[in-house]
Amino acid sequence: MNLFCIGLSHHTANVETRERFAGGAGSECTLRAAGCTEALVLATCNRVEVYGASEKRMSTDEIAQCLLQNGEVSDRGHSTALPFYRYEAEECVQHLFRVASGLDSMVVGETEILGQTKKAYQSARASGAVGPCLHRLFQRAFRVAKQVRTHTEITRGSVSVGSVAVDLAQRIFGELGNCKVLVLGAGETSERTARALISRGVSDLRVSNRSNDRGQELAQRVGGRAVSFGKWPQQCHEIDILITSTSSETPLLTPTNLGPILANRVDRPLFIIDIAVPRDVDPAVNEMEGVYLYDIDALRSVAEQSQAVRRQQIASAEAIITEHVADFLEKISYELNRVSRVTGHPPVADSSLHASQM
Amino acid sequence: MDRDLLIISTTCFLAAVVRTTVALRAGVFRPGRFNFLAIGLGFLFQTAFLSIRGHALGRCPLTNLFEVFIFLAWSVALIYMLVGAAYRLSLMGAFTAPLVVLLQGLALIAPIDVRHPVKVPANSSLEFHASVSLVAYGAFALACIAGVMYLVQERQLKTHQLRSIFYHLPPLTDLFTAITRLLWLGFILYTVGIASGFFTGRPLPHVQVVAAIAVWLLYAAILQGRYFRRIAPKRIAALCIIGFSAALTLLWGITFSAQTHFVP
Repeated sequence: MNLFCIGLSHHTANVETRERFAGGAGSECTLRAAGCTEALVLATCNRVEVYGASEKRMSTDEIAQCLLQNGEVSDRGHSTALPFYRYEAEECVQHLFRVASGLDSMVVGETEILGQTKKAYQSARASGAVGPCLHRLFQRAFRVAKQVRTHTEITRGSVSVGSVAVDLAQRIFGELGNCKVLVLGAGETSERTARALISRGVSDLRVSNRSNDRGQELAQRVGGRAVSFGKWPQQCHEIDILITSTSSETPLLTPTNLGPILANRVDRPLFIIDIAVPRDVDPAVNEMEGVYLYDIDALRSVAEQSQAVRRQQIASAEAIITEHVADFLEKISYELNRVSRVTGHPPVADSSLHASQM
Repeated sequence: MDRDLLIISTTCFLAAVVRTTVALRAGVFRPGRFNFLAIGLGFLFQTAFLSIRGHALGRCPLTNLFEVFIFLAWSVALIYMLVGAAYRLSLMGAFTAPLVVLLQGLALIAPIDVRHPVKVPANSSLEFHASVSLVAYGAFALACIAGVMYLVQERQLKTHQLRSIFYHLPPLTDLFTAITRLLWLGFILYTVGIASGFFTGRPLPHVQVVAAIAVWLLYAAILQGRYFRRIAPKRIAALCIIGFSAALTLLWGITFSAQTHFVP
């Protein structure tokens, strides 16, 4: 049995090429019709990969043809020009474990890929394209991903400015359902951050902008309510999170004007996300009790810290994967040899595992 | 035999401390079941020790500084077992275990396990007063630990330097809620403990009464500041540490200087 992975990813192909080979609903059936005993297509925004098992070796061209969208016909014999990679046997196992653990992702350690892999597996299983070989391989991949996540800090923290802000809000307030948020300025970044907060449970969102129309537009888009720009200081008595991104040349919030507001909210923290350049909030405000001020540089710095930690954890994650690859290969060769004894087929030699025969 | 139980108990708590330290150094700290199980096991051995000692004495084992320390460590573990799981503060175990190790280690090493030459007669009201007061101390100790956790979390948020532990500490507001509840629990128990002290049928040393009331007033002031929202959470967290230090000093003073008021 040949176990292989053929695919394109953000490492090797641009989005246009990935789209072209994104496959379709019936790709797995097409692959099986073309000679794969088992087939699974993992198609995400960053990769299109075919995991397959076949009795005879299938060429990359054959697989690429099956993946083409809309019945397009590829130039036969030109697959070498296409940025496909091919992994077989041990390399294939290792690659899948790395993919499922988020080590091969654009953002190292992201966890969405595991969900996407599980979904692809379920879909292929439902269509009957997954047999015992891919079943064992993917079940092990899910276990490996879980172990990597549990035993390393590869998924720690957030690595984008918007998600860092939301993560910090949760570290301060816990559940965000009861938090009141004021968005000051209707910029694109503040909208993204507001949307991220809403996705984590925020229901009370207010928008205040110099141009009332733009403020109302944003409020409508994100499901909040508009507040007149002249009234935003009064809102500070009630809110828990302030996202500010106005184009003001001078700071809107200083210790002088924030002091009286804080006097009435001694036991409630105030989280300020200042994504304006120049800054809307005087940095001295961070020295005030109960105020946590993060400007764009601070948010980036936290994101970079998380990225650095994740990079440090790659070696530990790779060690876990290597251990599982060896164990998986040993177990699967034992299984296949046991089956061959029962069916009378020739046994699989251990060395042949490294020569792409499983 | 009873000291062996105590050594095993201390080893269990020490295991939790070592595991936490190693994990923190490796940067892969995770509050898992291990800490909770180690502390749970340590608590069982503590309970066994106190039970055996109590049977041997024929009364609540609070007759010398050694027993007071162990009872206090037991109270801390008890409150952690009750509160830690309920408020999803499993990380509190990482902070609780070192305190228990310190108390028990000190009790085991220092020559303070001195038996009274004359058997101390049982006095149920006096034992109630002492044991309730010590359980209150356990709650204050946990409030102090939650205060430390709050200050660690707050400091990292302020300085924008988020270490590994930051991602495992509970949110600030959850920690503050836990501090408030622990303070109320400790305060109610301490009030009951102090009030029951006046009904023991024995004259109480004047200095002890004044010191105990001073500690009670300190916690009352903290809770008053919290209730009327006059003191910021960070200051309350710091006051929990100061309050417990004061309470511990008082406890040491009472037991060490007067050998407790159990002396016949």
